[in-house]
Amino acid sequence: MNEAWLFAAQRLSAMVMAPLVLLHLGVILYAVRDGLSADEILSRTEGSLFWGAVYGLFVVAAAVHAPIGLRAVLREWCRWRGAGLDIAMALFGLLLLALGLRAVAAVL
Amino acid sequence: MKRGSPRPAKTGYDETAMAMLEVEIWRGEGGDGAWRRYAVPHEANQTVLDVVTHVQRYLDPSLAYRFACRVGMCGSCAMSVNGRPRWTCRTHVSRAARKGRLRIGPLRNLPVIRDLAVDMAPFFEKWRDAEARFIPSKEPPEEPVRPDEPERMAADAGIECINCAVCYAACDSVAWNPDYPGPAVLNRLWTLANDRRDGDRDGHLDAAGAGCHLCRSHQECADACPTGLNPTAAIAGLKREVFRRALSGGARGPRQ
Repeated sequence: MNEAWLFAAQRLSAMVMAPLVLLHLGVILYAVRDGLSADEILSRTEGSLFWGAVYGLFVVAAAVHAPIGLRAVLREWCRWRGAGLDIAMALFGLLLLALGLRAVAAVL
Repeated sequence: MKRGSPRPAKTGYDETAMAMLEVEIWRGEGGDGAWRRYAVPHEANQTVLDVVTHVQRYLDPSLAYRFACRVGMCGSCAMSVNGRPRWTCRTHVSRAARKGRLRIGPLRNLPVIRDLAVDMAPFFEKWRDAEARFIPSKEPPEEPVRPDEPERMAADAGIECINCAVCYAACDSVAWNPDYPGPAVLNRLWTLANDRRDGDRDGHLDAAGAGCHLCRSHQECADACPTGLNPTAAIAGLKREVFRRALSGGARGPRQ
């Protein structure tokens, strides 16, 4: 695995996520002002291309970002190296992607 | 002197009249050892190397430590002082001691030979493996090298490294990851990559390739460097240039 590309992918995905995290926090503060209910959340998200795109992009960025960071942690803490680690992290990324997109699809 | 009165202290100091430092020094061979306590007279303008020298000359001649120039030129007296790697010759006791206490140990991240002397071989082997050395170009640069050009300024910013391994001892990434070449090697590769007289810029970037991405940017090296260099900034530059080289389809295998 080329470290330079992983480095770039992690930085770029972080750049994508940073404003989305702020937006997400802002939405949380706004959404809970009158209490939180499933109906209220769904009324905002159902049929909304905007929120679907925001959280869809967030999920893709997180699925790229998290496995690269976890790979670095496992390499240093568990001395796990080689193709096995790369495959495991790719699968972890796919799992995040599938779970995240499923969640986004559920509220659209 | 009356018979029976105490002899003058061997140290030549009147120790009863002086403030004393409580000094703990690591004693032992290889991985085994323990902290041993010594009382050392505190003097004005005293350096930590003075303290270690006092212990060896007057209290325990079996103490092993390393020094040479005593003026911050050679870097061989680097030790861990109250948990922080330092040149002991350039560290005043007044700056390093906490409540009159000093704990002096060998540098971290390197195998201990005995007491305060560490084996520097792993540190220099990483320099050798990365071939972090000047490789002259076959032709001189077409344009003369100007001191104020960006490449030369980037090289000059890190050029004063004297290989003392203080950054290597300070670095958590070195402690966590045996594959990591360490801040000093990468800093050197960055100065070489920016030296237009060097004939193998791509080779230096390839040598830095995987290693520079193991840096976690904690900046312990920059914080500890006695020369005031910033290896973290050099490594950030390497990460950038290594990626630029990957973008342009470069990055060949290790140097032959």
